[in-house]
Amino acid sequence: MGVIAVSDASLHVLAVDDNNLVRKLIERLLKTFSYNVTAVDSGTKALEFLGLQDVEKLQSSSSEQCHPEVKVNLIIKDYCMPGMTGFELLRKIKKSTSLKDIPVVIMSSENVPSRINRCLEEGAEEFFLKPVRLSDVDKLKPYLSKNKRKTTNEEDCVSNDKSRARYHDVEERQTFPED
Amino acid sequence: MDTVPQLQRQFVEYTTSLYREGYLDDQFSQLQKLQDESNPDFVVEVVSLFFEDSEKLLNNLTAALHQENIDYKQVDAHVHQFKGSSSSIGAQRVKNVCVVFRNYCEEKNLDGCMVCLQQAKNEYILVRNKLEALFNLEQQILQAGGSVPMMV
Repeated sequence: MGVIAVSDASLHVLAVDDNNLVRKLIERLLKTFSYNVTAVDSGTKALEFLGLQDVEKLQSSSSEQCHPEVKVNLIIKDYCMPGMTGFELLRKIKKSTSLKDIPVVIMSSENVPSRINRCLEEGAEEFFLKPVRLSDVDKLKPYLSKNKRKTTNEEDCVSNDKSRARYHDVEERQTFPED
Repeated sequence: MDTVPQLQRQFVEYTTSLYREGYLDDQFSQLQKLQDESNPDFVVEVVSLFFEDSEKLLNNLTAALHQENIDYKQVDAHVHQFKGSSSSIGAQRVKNVCVVFRNYCEEKNLDGCMVCLQQAKNEYILVRNKLEALFNLEQQILQAGGSVPMMV
């Protein structure tokens, strides 16, 4: 048995957008860089895929579900979606101890500075204007390789105490500037 | 029957005119960059999806604007989708109509919306015809044994 090199093919990106054309495009863009891609059309489906069925139940229960079927290395999602917006999805992900370290990138067709700032303040790594291009996907490389190194060490769930502390952090940041 | 060089020249001229007249923008050439040996039909697939989606959206928009009590939020949601799709394939003129359309939705301006709906339909039909002609030219070149010129 020889050494198997860790290739980019093992990196998994979750793409969330309610427009099927955009999903097809993003999927192709990401596959050009040899990433595995799962594309879903809503925030709810994204959370299901991430193994986070019921966020509210999760935060109050003592045991946390943190074994999603697939390890996701990056999430790229649209800001404007019906139902759960991209921003709401971002907040839920950042509140979850098992998911908060996954880099999140937001896409939007509108160039609204307050929207961009709000997303970046909430923890998004990048904000892309649509339509997304090859040069944008190229910017994702550092987030994916950095995350890969992290996840090999942080496979375990975080303990309860830490999750409570995290929740307090988020509570402090409840107010943010209005659009 | 045109020779391969003639067909190729036609293809280049036609493509150039589509960009010059604003039917297509740079996003279309981005799509072409994503087509390769392992995805040889990518552009046609994406454009076909666009045609399907557009027809549904235009029907939905027509229905939504003929309601007794128009739900402008719903109309806007459809236009937003249409804007997203058209900008994803580089259908610039369609996208530009959508931008104006959304403003009228916000103002709940029915007349404005109706004008935009008609413009959107017109621009969609135009770009659809142009793209179909373009794909047709590509097919002719391939069938004549030539290769489709790369538009940089």
